[in-house]
Amino acid sequence: MSLKKHILDLRKRKEQVEMGGGEKAIEKQVAMGKMTARERILALLDQNSFTEYDLFVEHEAKDFGMDKKQLHGDGVIIGTGTIYGAPICIFAQDFTVAGGSLGLMHARKITKIMDHALKMRVPLIGINDSGGARIQEGVNSLAGYGEIFYRNTIASGVIPQISVILGPCAGGAVYSPALTDFVFVVDNISKMFITGPGVIKTVLGEEISMEELGGARVHAEITGNAHFFAESEQECFDQIKKLITFIPWNNNKKAKEFPPKAPTFKGNIEDLIPSDPRQPYDVRDVIRSIVDEGDFFEIQELFAANIVIGFGRLNGQTIGFVANQPLVLAGVLDCDSSDKAARFIRYCDSFNIPIVTLEDMPGYLPGVDQEHAGVIRHGAKVLYAYSEATVPKITVILRKAYGGGYIAMNSRHLGADFMFAWPTAEIAVMGPEGAANIIFKKEIDGADDPDEMRKLKVQEYKEKFANPYVAAAKGYIDSVIEPNDTRNILLHALEVSVGKDVHHPEKKHGIPPF
Amino acid sequence: MSKDKDLVGFRVQSLEYQTKLTKKFANRQAWKEPNPLEIRSYIPGTIIDIQVEVGQVLKEGDNVLVLQAMKMLNQITMPFDAKVKEIHIKEGDRVPKNELMILLEE
Repeated sequence: MSLKKHILDLRKRKEQVEMGGGEKAIEKQVAMGKMTARERILALLDQNSFTEYDLFVEHEAKDFGMDKKQLHGDGVIIGTGTIYGAPICIFAQDFTVAGGSLGLMHARKITKIMDHALKMRVPLIGINDSGGARIQEGVNSLAGYGEIFYRNTIASGVIPQISVILGPCAGGAVYSPALTDFVFVVDNISKMFITGPGVIKTVLGEEISMEELGGARVHAEITGNAHFFAESEQECFDQIKKLITFIPWNNNKKAKEFPPKAPTFKGNIEDLIPSDPRQPYDVRDVIRSIVDEGDFFEIQELFAANIVIGFGRLNGQTIGFVANQPLVLAGVLDCDSSDKAARFIRYCDSFNIPIVTLEDMPGYLPGVDQEHAGVIRHGAKVLYAYSEATVPKITVILRKAYGGGYIAMNSRHLGADFMFAWPTAEIAVMGPEGAANIIFKKEIDGADDPDEMRKLKVQEYKEKFANPYVAAAKGYIDSVIEPNDTRNILLHALEVSVGKDVHHPEKKHGIPPF
Repeated sequence: MSKDKDLVGFRVQSLEYQTKLTKKFANRQAWKEPNPLEIRSYIPGTIIDIQVEVGQVLKEGDNVLVLQAMKMLNQITMPFDAKVKEIHIKEGDRVPKNELMILLEE
């Protein structure tokens, strides 16, 4: 063969494999409203940046007629590329090839690109669209999953790991996304569950659709397994790209700094907040009023909305925001919101992202269901995560900081570097009504008009204790600030914290209340 | 921003706040004190064998029924000495979790 012929032969081979499962299977994929694996990678990565590996990998299975079946790329595409110039390792399961089922070589391709990502210390993105284990390959499939989970775990906290669910992801397969940092789902396309509707019907007689059992909305709203919800695949890719701009390539780097931009908010920040502590407001308006260009990138927006987490920039630097949301459940901490906040705090700490906490919370959610669901164990995660974090930690108390909530939300006592409070802050062991009822019980009960006396005593307590100055007098609050100065004071606090260097006693790892 | 109609009064400690509820919170089930006279399924499964009859007086530990779940045959036994008052299941029934199977009387 002449050299030219060799090249033509290579091109022909590539073309064949790049067709995945063939025209019919691709038609089916498109009919389901889905892009093909290759289209997805190209839509996500910078133009012309994708380089594929292991295109010619073939399976070695012999049983059940597998020896006669050729599966292009063994149902998964792997490679490297860039997103806004950041290096990325990526794999995408190809549903058009044997339903994206995972066999030995399919898994080997995935673990190869995972190993590469970890070695090169670059983010890993996995696009999941698979019917599950390739039954014909038996225990080899299970081995493949296990080897993926192991790598997810070892890479956790070293490189960012992103899972994109763009099709079914069922049974054991769900545990790879569950071990990664961020899970993206798309309405009507993503399906995740351990046991499918079929088995549930056979065993329990309960009928439920795939969508109701493990659709995108379920995981974004109810289970908290998903972090980002999108209406379309394109919207999902835009979300991933945006996330990449906020996070560093690995745990030894800082997130890319952007040119400082002024906030777009042009009013009085204090006008965003009702003075009556019982009235709600959207704490996200406060975050937007202080971050660069008002750009706040919220994570898990639909899950446990009583706490808000996400990224924003202050003078171009990525900041992780944790804020109680008075608009939902009065901003209480409960099992779900504790899990949500704690995991995010640990993410920020792993990847050198300073944490700003905005506090306005009345305490923990009361109720038998919460106590029995383990609000002690879950709530402890917040204490653990804040205490353990060594990145700069800054708290601003906006209104209420009562009882255990005051301690949990990055208080000085858990190692906050800076504690600021607005003059509207109420830092107390409990709300004035409750405190007055206990402290002045004798006076109230003994009064001619107990209700009038209660009002009087509540007012007395409010004036004496429901303010930031008692805590400031002890040095628990560093500074009582005017709301409009919040951004400037945060900028200053971050500026003087750049060299923060705190080390805890050496240990293998802690034992957080999982 | 919220529509005011979504706001409800919500009590935490001694204060009532105006706020929205999450779906999960709104749909939560109220706690009920368990009745020791009810034998309920602790796992979803299929009733394989009913070993008692209404009116039968049984001792603690006596066999009551076999509940098959996840391919395991679970022998359900009497929690204490009592008489069978009602049987709410028949052989072959598939029961969800926490379904009333047998009612006892002392």
